Amino acid sequence: MAQVSMTVNGAVKSGEVEGRTLLSTFLREGLGMTGTHVGCDTSQCGACAVHVDGKLVKACTMLAMEADGAEVATIEGQANADGSLNTIQQAFQDHHGLQCGFCTPGMVMSAAALLKENPTPSETEIREHLEGNICRCTGYHNIVKAIMAASGQDVTAIAAE
Amino acid sequence: MYAFEFEKPATIADAVAALGGEEAQALGGGQTLIPTLKQRLAQPGTLVSLKGIPEMAGICVADDGALAVGGATTHATVAASTEYPGLAGLASHIGDPAVRNRGTIGGSLANNDPAACYPAAALGSGATIKTNTREIAADDYFQGMFTTALEDGEIITEVRFPVPEVSNYQKFVQPASRFALVGVFVAKYADGVRVAVTGASEDGVFRWSEAEAALSANFAPEAIEGLSVDADGMIGDIHGSKAYRAHLVGVMTKRAVAAAS
Ligand SMILES: Cc1cc2nc3c(=O)[nH]c(=O)nc-3n(C[C@H](O)[C@H](O)[C@H](O)COP(=O)(O)OP(=O)(O)OC[C@H]3O[C@@H](n4cnc5c(N)ncnc54)[C@H](O)[C@@H]3O)c2cc1C
Ligand code: FES
Ligand code: FES
Repeated sequence: MAQVSMTVNGAVKSGEVEGRTLLSTFLREGLGMTGTHVGCDTSQCGACAVHVDGKLVKACTMLAMEADGAEVATIEGQANADGSLNTIQQAFQDHHGLQCGFCTPGMVMSAAALLKENPTPSETEIREHLEGNICRCTGYHNIVKAIMAASGQDVTAIAAE
Repeated sequence: MYAFEFEKPATIADAVAALGGEEAQALGGGQTLIPTLKQRLAQPGTLVSLKGIPEMAGICVADDGALAVGGATTHATVAASTEYPGLAGLASHIGDPAVRNRGTIGGSLANNDPAACYPAAALGSGATIKTNTREIAADDYFQGMFTTALEDGEIITEVRFPVPEVSNYQKFVQPASRFALVGVFVAKYADGVRVAVTGASEDGVFRWSEAEAALSANFAPEAIEGLSVDADGMIGDIHGSKAYRAHLVGVMTKRAVAAAS
Protein backbone atom coordinates (compact mmCIF):
# COMPACT_ATOMS: atom_id res chain seq x y z
CA MET A 1 0.00 0.00 0.00
CA ALA A 2 1.10 3.54 -0.65
CA GLN A 3 -0.23 6.98 0.08
CA VAL A 4 -1.62 9.11 -2.75
CA SER A 5 -2.77 12.67 -2.62
CA MET A 6 -4.58 14.66 -5.29
CA THR A 7 -6.78 17.70 -5.59
CA VAL A 8 -10.29 16.57 -6.45
CA ASN A 9 -12.70 19.34 -7.47
CA GLY A 10 -10.54 21.83 -5.61
CA ALA A 11 -10.12 19.94 -2.33
CA VAL A 12 -7.01 17.98 -1.37
CA LYS A 13 -7.85 14.29 -0.91
CA SER A 14 -5.54 11.49 0.09
CA GLY A 15 -5.76 7.82 0.80
CA GLU A 16 -4.04 4.46 0.78
CA VAL A 17 -3.94 2.58 -2.51
CA GLU A 18 -2.30 -0.46 -4.03
CA GLY A 19 -0.24 -0.21 -7.21
CA ARG A 20 -3.12 -1.75 -9.13
CA THR A 21 -5.83 0.55 -7.71
CA LEU A 22 -7.52 2.34 -10.60
CA LEU A 23 -8.30 6.04 -10.40
CA SER A 24 -11.99 5.12 -10.84
CA THR A 25 -11.78 2.74 -7.86
CA PHE A 26 -10.02 5.33 -5.72
CA LEU A 27 -12.66 7.96 -6.51
CA ARG A 28 -15.61 5.66 -5.97
CA GLU A 29 -14.50 3.39 -3.16
CA GLY A 30 -11.70 5.40 -1.57
CA LEU A 31 -13.41 8.78 -1.60
CA GLY A 32 -17.05 7.68 -1.90
CA MET A 33 -17.48 9.83 -5.01
CA THR A 34 -19.71 7.53 -7.02
CA GLY A 35 -20.66 10.08 -9.68
CA THR A 36 -17.85 8.70 -11.84
CA HIS A 37 -19.50 5.61 -13.30
CA VAL A 38 -17.85 2.39 -14.37
CA GLY A 39 -19.69 1.00 -17.37
CA CYS A 40 -17.42 -1.34 -19.28
CA ASP A 41 -14.18 -1.27 -17.28
CA THR A 42 -12.49 -2.06 -20.62
CA SER A 43 -11.66 1.49 -21.81
CA GLN A 44 -14.48 1.60 -24.34
CA CYS A 45 -17.51 3.44 -22.95
CA GLY A 46 -16.31 6.68 -21.35
CA ALA A 47 -18.79 6.55 -18.44
CA CYS A 48 -15.76 6.97 -16.16
CA ALA A 49 -14.42 10.08 -17.91
CA VAL A 50 -12.84 12.68 -15.64
CA HIS A 51 -10.30 15.44 -16.13
CA VAL A 52 -6.75 15.00 -14.89
CA ASP A 53 -4.69 18.19 -15.02
CA GLY A 54 -7.33 19.58 -17.36
CA LYS A 55 -7.24 16.64 -19.78
CA LEU A 56 -10.10 14.25 -20.45
CA VAL A 57 -9.14 10.69 -19.43
CA LYS A 58 -10.87 7.40 -18.69
CA ALA A 59 -10.52 6.91 -14.94
CA CYS A 60 -10.81 3.13 -15.38
CA THR A 61 -7.69 3.20 -17.56
CA MET A 62 -5.39 5.13 -15.25
CA LEU A 63 -3.84 4.03 -11.99
CA ALA A 64 -4.59 6.07 -8.88
CA MET A 65 -0.85 6.39 -8.32
CA GLU A 66 -0.44 7.92 -11.78
CA ALA A 67 -2.73 10.72 -10.58
CA ASP A 68 -0.66 11.38 -7.46
CA GLY A 69 -0.28 15.14 -7.12
CA ALA A 70 -2.68 15.87 -9.98
CA GLU A 71 -5.71 18.13 -10.24
CA VAL A 72 -8.73 15.91 -10.83
CA ALA A 73 -12.18 17.16 -11.85
CA THR A 74 -15.23 14.90 -11.62
CA ILE A 75 -18.95 15.28 -12.20
CA GLU A 76 -19.41 16.13 -8.50
CA GLY A 77 -17.60 19.41 -9.08
CA GLN A 78 -19.56 20.51 -12.13
CA ALA A 79 -22.63 22.15 -10.61
CA ASN A 80 -22.53 25.87 -9.84
CA ALA A 81 -21.50 26.99 -6.35
CA ASP A 82 -25.15 27.42 -5.32
CA GLY A 83 -25.91 23.83 -6.31
CA SER A 84 -27.76 24.69 -9.50
CA LEU A 85 -26.87 22.82 -12.68
CA ASN A 86 -24.09 24.33 -14.77
CA THR A 87 -24.68 25.33 -18.39
CA ILE A 88 -23.82 21.92 -19.83
CA GLN A 89 -25.85 19.98 -17.25
CA GLN A 90 -28.83 22.32 -17.71
CA ALA A 91 -28.64 21.89 -21.48
CA PHE A 92 -28.70 18.09 -21.07
CA GLN A 93 -31.87 18.48 -19.01
CA ASP A 94 -33.48 20.99 -21.36
CA HIS A 95 -32.77 18.95 -24.49
CA HIS A 96 -33.40 15.50 -23.04
CA GLY A 97 -29.76 14.52 -23.43
CA LEU A 98 -30.23 11.58 -21.09
CA GLN A 99 -32.59 8.75 -20.38
CA CYS A 100 -31.24 6.32 -17.79
CA GLY A 101 -28.41 8.71 -16.99
CA PHE A 102 -25.70 6.11 -16.69
CA CYS A 103 -23.45 7.58 -19.38
CA THR A 104 -24.25 11.16 -18.41
CA PRO A 105 -21.38 11.93 -16.01
CA GLY A 106 -18.92 10.89 -18.70
CA MET A 107 -20.83 12.76 -21.39
CA VAL A 108 -20.84 15.97 -19.32
CA MET A 109 -17.12 15.69 -18.54
CA SER A 110 -16.38 14.97 -22.18
CA ALA A 111 -18.51 17.92 -23.31
CA ALA A 112 -16.78 20.19 -20.80
CA ALA A 113 -13.37 19.16 -22.17
CA LEU A 114 -14.51 19.85 -25.72
CA LEU A 115 -16.03 23.26 -25.02
CA LYS A 116 -12.91 24.38 -23.18
CA GLU A 117 -10.82 23.73 -26.31
CA ASN A 118 -13.46 24.56 -28.91
CA PRO A 119 -16.18 26.90 -27.59
CA THR A 120 -18.40 26.62 -30.68
CA PRO A 121 -17.95 23.13 -32.13
CA SER A 122 -19.80 21.97 -35.22
CA GLU A 123 -22.13 18.99 -35.06
CA THR A 124 -19.46 16.86 -36.76
CA GLU A 125 -16.81 17.97 -34.28
CA ILE A 126 -19.10 17.08 -31.38
CA ARG A 127 -19.86 13.64 -32.81
CA GLU A 128 -16.14 12.99 -33.41
CA HIS A 129 -15.27 14.15 -29.92
CA LEU A 130 -17.84 11.76 -28.41
CA GLU A 131 -16.31 8.70 -30.11
CA GLY A 132 -15.15 7.38 -26.75
CA ASN A 133 -18.49 7.95 -24.97
CA ILE A 134 -21.11 5.28 -25.48
CA CYS A 135 -24.79 5.80 -24.68
CA ARG A 136 -27.16 2.85 -24.78
CA CYS A 137 -30.36 4.92 -24.53
CA THR A 138 -30.53 8.18 -26.39
CA GLY A 139 -29.17 7.50 -29.85
CA TYR A 140 -26.82 10.48 -29.21
CA HIS A 141 -28.95 12.97 -31.08
CA ASN A 142 -30.14 14.91 -28.05
CA ILE A 143 -26.71 14.71 -26.45
CA VAL A 144 -25.22 16.42 -29.49
CA LYS A 145 -28.05 18.94 -29.43
CA ALA A 146 -27.49 19.64 -25.72
CA ILE A 147 -23.79 20.29 -26.29
CA MET A 148 -24.57 22.59 -29.21
CA ALA A 149 -27.03 24.46 -27.01
CA ALA A 150 -24.56 24.64 -24.11
CA SER A 151 -22.12 26.32 -26.48
CA GLY A 152 -24.72 29.00 -27.17
CA GLN A 153 -25.46 27.86 -30.71
CA ASP A 154 -28.88 27.75 -32.29
CA VAL A 155 -30.22 24.21 -32.23
CA THR A 156 -33.61 24.78 -33.82
CA ALA A 157 -32.15 23.56 -37.13
CA ILE A 158 -31.24 20.21 -35.59
CA ALA A 159 -34.51 18.38 -36.03
CA ALA A 160 -35.39 15.57 -33.66
CA GLU A 161 -34.87 12.38 -35.57
CA MET B 1 -5.40 -7.38 -12.08
CA TYR B 2 -2.72 -9.20 -10.16
CA ALA B 3 -0.94 -7.02 -7.62
CA PHE B 4 2.15 -5.04 -8.65
CA GLU B 5 4.34 -2.25 -7.36
CA PHE B 6 4.36 1.15 -9.08
CA GLU B 7 7.37 3.34 -9.73
CA LYS B 8 7.67 6.68 -11.51
CA PRO B 9 11.33 7.55 -12.18
CA ALA B 10 12.34 11.01 -13.41
CA THR B 11 15.21 10.06 -15.73
CA ILE B 12 15.81 7.50 -18.47
CA ALA B 13 18.72 6.09 -16.47
CA ASP B 14 16.54 5.49 -13.41
CA ALA B 15 13.81 3.94 -15.57
CA VAL B 16 16.29 1.56 -17.17
CA ALA B 17 17.63 0.62 -13.73
CA ALA B 18 14.09 0.01 -12.43
CA LEU B 19 13.28 -2.09 -15.50
CA GLY B 20 16.30 -4.25 -14.77
CA GLY B 21 14.48 -5.49 -11.66
CA GLU B 22 12.69 -8.80 -11.48
CA GLU B 23 9.42 -8.90 -13.50
CA ALA B 24 9.43 -5.17 -14.16
CA GLN B 25 7.54 -3.74 -17.14
CA ALA B 26 7.31 -0.26 -18.67
CA LEU B 27 4.03 1.66 -18.43
CA GLY B 28 3.42 4.31 -21.08
CA GLY B 29 -0.10 5.66 -21.27
CA GLY B 30 -1.59 2.38 -20.10
CA GLN B 31 -4.22 2.43 -22.85
CA THR B 32 -3.21 -1.05 -23.95
CA LEU B 33 -1.41 -2.37 -20.90
CA ILE B 34 -4.06 -1.58 -18.26
CA PRO B 35 -6.83 -3.42 -20.18
CA THR B 36 -4.36 -6.30 -20.67
CA LEU B 37 -3.60 -6.41 -16.94
CA LYS B 38 -7.31 -6.41 -16.16
CA GLN B 39 -7.64 -9.56 -18.24
CA ARG B 40 -4.75 -11.06 -16.29
CA LEU B 41 -2.85 -11.59 -19.52
CA ALA B 42 0.27 -10.11 -17.92
CA GLN B 43 1.66 -10.31 -14.42
CA PRO B 44 4.41 -7.75 -13.89
CA GLY B 45 5.92 -7.41 -10.41
CA THR B 46 6.55 -3.70 -10.92
CA LEU B 47 5.20 -1.18 -13.41
CA VAL B 48 7.66 1.55 -14.25
CA SER B 49 5.83 4.63 -15.49
CA LEU B 50 7.67 6.55 -18.21
CA LYS B 51 5.40 9.57 -17.81
CA GLY B 52 7.53 11.42 -15.30
CA ILE B 53 10.63 11.67 -17.52
CA PRO B 54 10.92 15.15 -19.08
CA GLU B 55 13.61 14.05 -21.60
CA MET B 56 11.11 11.57 -23.10
CA ALA B 57 8.21 13.96 -23.60
CA GLY B 58 7.60 16.50 -26.32
CA ILE B 59 8.47 17.25 -29.91
CA CYS B 60 11.31 19.18 -31.52
CA VAL B 61 12.93 19.59 -34.91
CA ALA B 62 16.39 18.00 -34.96
CA ASP B 63 19.46 19.55 -36.66
CA ASP B 64 18.91 17.45 -39.79
CA GLY B 65 15.30 18.68 -40.10
CA ALA B 66 13.78 15.44 -38.85
CA LEU B 67 10.93 15.61 -36.36
CA ALA B 68 12.03 14.13 -33.02
CA VAL B 69 9.14 12.86 -30.93
CA GLY B 70 9.90 11.79 -27.35
CA GLY B 71 8.93 8.19 -26.58
CA ALA B 72 6.42 9.20 -23.91
CA THR B 73 4.76 11.91 -26.01
CA THR B 74 0.98 11.53 -26.10
CA HIS B 75 -1.05 11.09 -29.26
CA ALA B 76 -2.81 14.38 -28.40
CA THR B 77 0.49 16.30 -28.38
CA VAL B 78 1.46 14.86 -31.76
CA ALA B 79 -2.05 15.60 -33.10
CA ALA B 80 -1.63 19.25 -32.10
CA SER B 81 1.81 19.62 -33.72
CA THR B 82 2.27 21.35 -37.07
CA GLU B 83 5.70 20.30 -38.42
CA TYR B 84 4.58 17.04 -40.04
CA PRO B 85 0.89 17.31 -41.02
CA GLY B 86 0.56 13.68 -42.17
CA LEU B 87 1.79 12.43 -38.80
CA ALA B 88 -0.39 14.88 -36.84
CA GLY B 89 -3.41 13.83 -38.90
CA LEU B 90 -2.75 10.18 -38.14
CA ALA B 91 -2.38 10.86 -34.41
CA SER B 92 -5.60 12.89 -34.34
CA HIS B 93 -7.62 9.82 -35.39
CA ILE B 94 -6.21 7.28 -32.95
CA GLY B 95 -9.02 5.98 -30.70
CA ASP B 96 -10.85 8.83 -29.00
CA PRO B 97 -9.85 12.04 -27.17
CA ALA B 98 -9.37 10.35 -23.78
CA VAL B 99 -7.17 7.64 -25.30
CA ARG B 100 -5.15 10.31 -27.12
CA ASN B 101 -4.59 12.22 -23.87
CA ARG B 102 -2.91 9.19 -22.26
CA GLY B 103 -1.57 6.90 -25.00
CA THR B 104 2.03 7.39 -26.12
CA ILE B 105 3.96 6.83 -29.33
CA GLY B 106 6.49 4.61 -27.55
CA GLY B 107 3.74 2.40 -26.15
CA SER B 108 2.08 2.08 -29.52
CA LEU B 109 5.30 1.16 -31.33
CA ALA B 110 6.41 -1.22 -28.57
CA ASN B 111 3.08 -2.99 -28.66
CA ASN B 112 3.00 -3.17 -32.50
CA ASP B 113 -0.65 -4.16 -32.71
CA PRO B 114 -1.27 -5.33 -36.30
CA ALA B 115 -4.09 -2.76 -36.58
CA ALA B 116 -2.33 0.16 -34.87
CA CYS B 117 -1.77 3.46 -36.67
CA TYR B 118 1.72 4.63 -35.62
CA PRO B 119 3.55 1.61 -37.08
CA ALA B 120 2.33 2.76 -40.52
CA ALA B 121 3.72 6.26 -39.97
CA ALA B 122 7.06 4.99 -38.65
CA LEU B 123 7.55 2.51 -41.49
CA GLY B 124 6.08 4.85 -44.09
CA SER B 125 8.47 7.63 -43.06
CA GLY B 126 11.54 5.47 -42.71
CA ALA B 127 11.71 6.65 -39.10
CA THR B 128 14.48 5.81 -36.66
CA ILE B 129 13.44 4.31 -33.34
CA LYS B 130 15.83 5.43 -30.63
CA THR B 131 16.07 3.38 -27.47
CA ASN B 132 18.13 3.66 -24.31
CA THR B 133 20.85 1.60 -26.01
CA ARG B 134 20.69 2.06 -29.80
CA GLU B 135 18.99 3.37 -32.93
CA ILE B 136 16.83 1.00 -34.98
CA ALA B 137 15.67 1.73 -38.53
CA ALA B 138 11.91 1.21 -38.93
CA ASP B 139 12.65 -1.29 -41.72
CA ASP B 140 14.39 -3.52 -39.15
CA TYR B 141 12.16 -2.73 -36.18
CA PHE B 142 8.79 -4.30 -37.08
CA GLN B 143 9.03 -8.09 -37.01
CA GLY B 144 5.42 -9.28 -37.31
CA MET B 145 2.27 -9.01 -35.21
CA PHE B 146 3.05 -7.74 -31.69
CA THR B 147 6.75 -8.45 -32.36
CA THR B 148 9.54 -5.88 -32.58
CA ALA B 149 13.31 -5.67 -32.41
CA LEU B 150 13.12 -4.42 -28.79
CA GLU B 151 14.97 -6.48 -26.18
CA ASP B 152 13.61 -7.07 -22.68
CA GLY B 153 13.79 -3.90 -20.63
CA GLU B 154 14.73 -1.75 -23.65
CA ILE B 155 12.66 1.43 -23.91
CA ILE B 156 11.84 3.70 -26.82
CA THR B 157 13.12 7.12 -25.83
CA GLU B 158 12.54 8.95 -29.12
CA VAL B 159 11.26 8.43 -32.64
CA ARG B 160 12.82 10.45 -35.47
CA PHE B 161 10.72 11.09 -38.55
CA PRO B 162 12.29 12.52 -41.72
CA VAL B 163 9.63 15.03 -42.85
CA PRO B 164 8.36 14.30 -46.39
CA GLU B 165 7.32 16.76 -49.09
CA VAL B 166 3.73 15.55 -48.84
CA SER B 167 2.06 12.72 -46.95
CA ASN B 168 -1.28 11.37 -45.82
CA TYR B 169 -2.77 8.54 -43.77
CA GLN B 170 -6.10 6.99 -44.70
CA LYS B 171 -7.73 4.77 -42.12
CA PHE B 172 -10.73 2.59 -42.83
CA VAL B 173 -12.09 2.42 -39.30
CA GLN B 174 -13.24 -0.83 -37.75
CA PRO B 175 -16.23 0.78 -36.04
CA ALA B 176 -16.30 -1.31 -32.86
CA SER B 177 -12.62 -1.05 -31.89
CA ARG B 178 -11.87 2.21 -33.73
CA PHE B 179 -8.55 0.69 -34.79
CA ALA B 180 -7.73 0.42 -38.51
CA LEU B 181 -9.46 -2.31 -40.51
CA VAL B 182 -6.92 -1.16 -43.09
CA GLY B 183 -4.77 1.95 -42.84
CA VAL B 184 -2.33 3.22 -45.46
CA PHE B 185 0.37 5.83 -44.91
CA VAL B 186 1.87 7.42 -48.02
CA ALA B 187 4.88 9.75 -47.88
CA LYS B 188 6.63 11.40 -50.83
CA TYR B 189 10.30 12.23 -50.32
CA ALA B 190 12.74 13.77 -52.77
CA ASP B 191 14.27 10.33 -53.33
CA GLY B 192 11.03 8.37 -53.68
CA VAL B 193 7.67 7.43 -52.25
CA ARG B 194 7.06 5.11 -49.28
CA VAL B 195 3.77 3.27 -48.74
CA ALA B 196 3.13 1.45 -45.45
CA VAL B 197 0.03 -0.64 -44.75
CA THR B 198 -1.40 -1.51 -41.33
CA GLY B 199 -4.41 -3.58 -40.29
CA ALA B 200 -4.26 -5.79 -43.34
CA SER B 201 -1.50 -8.37 -43.09
CA GLU B 202 -1.04 -11.36 -40.82
CA ASP B 203 2.60 -10.28 -40.65
CA GLY B 204 1.70 -6.86 -39.26
CA VAL B 205 2.64 -3.54 -40.87
CA PHE B 206 4.35 -3.85 -44.27
CA ARG B 207 5.63 -1.76 -47.18
CA TRP B 208 3.81 -2.12 -50.48
CA SER B 209 6.86 -1.92 -52.70
CA GLU B 210 5.06 -2.23 -56.05
CA ALA B 211 2.95 0.81 -55.22
CA GLU B 212 6.07 2.64 -54.02
CA ALA B 213 7.77 2.10 -57.38
CA ALA B 214 4.70 3.15 -59.36
CA LEU B 215 4.10 6.24 -57.23
CA SER B 216 7.77 7.23 -57.30
CA ALA B 217 7.47 7.36 -61.11
CA ASN B 218 4.10 9.13 -61.10
CA PHE B 219 2.62 10.44 -57.84
CA ALA B 220 -1.04 10.16 -58.81
CA PRO B 221 -3.88 7.81 -57.77
CA GLU B 222 -4.03 6.40 -61.35
CA ALA B 223 -0.43 5.23 -61.03
CA ILE B 224 -1.51 2.24 -58.94
CA GLU B 225 -4.46 1.32 -61.13
CA GLY B 226 -4.18 -2.40 -61.86
CA LEU B 227 -1.80 -3.09 -58.94
CA SER B 228 -3.03 -5.33 -56.14
CA VAL B 229 -1.72 -7.05 -53.04
CA ASP B 230 -2.08 -10.81 -52.74
CA ALA B 231 -5.09 -11.77 -50.59
CA ASP B 232 -3.07 -14.71 -49.24
CA GLY B 233 -1.46 -13.55 -46.05
CA MET B 234 -4.08 -10.86 -45.41
CA ILE B 235 -6.09 -10.99 -42.19
CA GLY B 236 -9.53 -12.52 -42.65
CA ASP B 237 -12.03 -12.26 -39.78
CA ILE B 238 -15.68 -11.36 -39.09
CA HIS B 239 -14.92 -7.72 -39.84
CA GLY B 240 -13.59 -8.33 -43.34
CA SER B 241 -12.37 -11.18 -45.52
CA LYS B 242 -8.83 -11.49 -46.86
CA ALA B 243 -10.01 -10.41 -50.31
CA TYR B 244 -11.84 -7.40 -48.88
CA ARG B 245 -8.78 -6.25 -46.96
CA ALA B 246 -6.58 -6.74 -50.02
CA HIS B 247 -9.02 -4.61 -52.02
CA LEU B 248 -9.08 -1.92 -49.31
CA VAL B 249 -5.29 -1.61 -49.46
CA GLY B 250 -5.58 -0.32 -53.02
CA VAL B 251 -8.52 1.95 -52.27
CA MET B 252 -6.92 3.49 -49.19
CA THR B 253 -3.62 3.99 -51.01
CA LYS B 254 -5.36 5.90 -53.81
CA ARG B 255 -7.23 8.03 -51.29
CA ALA B 256 -4.02 8.78 -49.40
CA VAL B 257 -2.25 9.86 -52.60
CA ALA B 258 -5.20 12.03 -53.60
CA ALA B 259 -5.32 13.65 -50.15
CA ALA B 260 -1.56 14.01 -49.63
CA SER B 261 -0.47 17.53 -48.69
C1 LIG C 1 -10.66 2.60 -26.98
C2 LIG C 1 -9.29 2.53 -27.59
C3 LIG C 1 -9.13 2.81 -28.93
C4 LIG C 1 -7.87 2.76 -29.53
N1 LIG C 1 -7.76 3.04 -30.86
C5 LIG C 1 -6.56 2.98 -31.45
C6 LIG C 1 -6.40 3.30 -32.83
O1 LIG C 1 -7.35 3.64 -33.53
N2 LIG C 1 -5.16 3.22 -33.36
C7 LIG C 1 -4.06 2.89 -32.62
O2 LIG C 1 -2.98 2.86 -33.16
N3 LIG C 1 -4.17 2.60 -31.32
C8 LIG C 1 -5.39 2.64 -30.72
N4 LIG C 1 -5.48 2.36 -29.37
C9 LIG C 1 -4.28 1.99 -28.63
C10 LIG C 1 -3.59 3.23 -28.08
O3 LIG C 1 -3.02 3.98 -29.13
C11 LIG C 1 -2.51 2.91 -27.05
O4 LIG C 1 -2.25 4.11 -26.41
C12 LIG C 1 -1.20 2.40 -27.58
O5 LIG C 1 -1.33 1.27 -28.39
C13 LIG C 1 -0.31 1.97 -26.43
O6 LIG C 1 0.35 3.08 -25.94
P1 LIG C 1 0.41 3.38 -24.38
O7 LIG C 1 1.33 4.52 -24.21
O8 LIG C 1 -0.94 3.51 -23.85
O9 LIG C 1 1.18 2.08 -23.87
P2 LIG C 1 0.91 1.09 -22.65
O10 LIG C 1 -0.46 0.56 -22.71
O11 LIG C 1 1.34 1.75 -21.40
O12 LIG C 1 1.99 -0.04 -23.00
C14 LIG C 1 1.84 -0.89 -24.11
C15 LIG C 1 3.09 -1.79 -24.20
O13 LIG C 1 4.23 -1.03 -24.56
C16 LIG C 1 5.23 -1.07 -23.56
N5 LIG C 1 5.78 0.29 -23.51
C17 LIG C 1 5.10 1.43 -23.21
N6 LIG C 1 5.90 2.51 -23.45
C18 LIG C 1 7.09 2.02 -23.89
C19 LIG C 1 8.31 2.63 -24.32
N7 LIG C 1 8.48 3.97 -24.34
N8 LIG C 1 9.33 1.82 -24.70
C20 LIG C 1 9.18 0.48 -24.71
N9 LIG C 1 8.07 -0.16 -24.33
C21 LIG C 1 7.01 0.62 -23.93
C22 LIG C 1 4.54 -1.54 -22.31
O14 LIG C 1 5.41 -2.24 -21.46
C23 LIG C 1 3.46 -2.46 -22.88
O15 LIG C 1 4.00 -3.71 -23.18
C24 LIG C 1 -6.73 2.41 -28.75
C25 LIG C 1 -6.88 2.15 -27.39
C26 LIG C 1 -8.14 2.19 -26.80
C27 LIG C 1 -8.28 1.92 -25.34
S1 FES D 1 -15.76 2.33 -17.54
FE1 FES D 1 -14.02 3.38 -18.22
S2 FES D 1 -14.29 3.43 -20.34
FE2 FES D 1 -16.01 2.26 -19.69
S1 FES E 1 -28.74 7.78 -21.03
FE1 FES E 1 -28.69 5.65 -20.66
S2 FES E 1 -26.70 5.14 -21.38
FE2 FES E 1 -26.90 7.16 -22.00
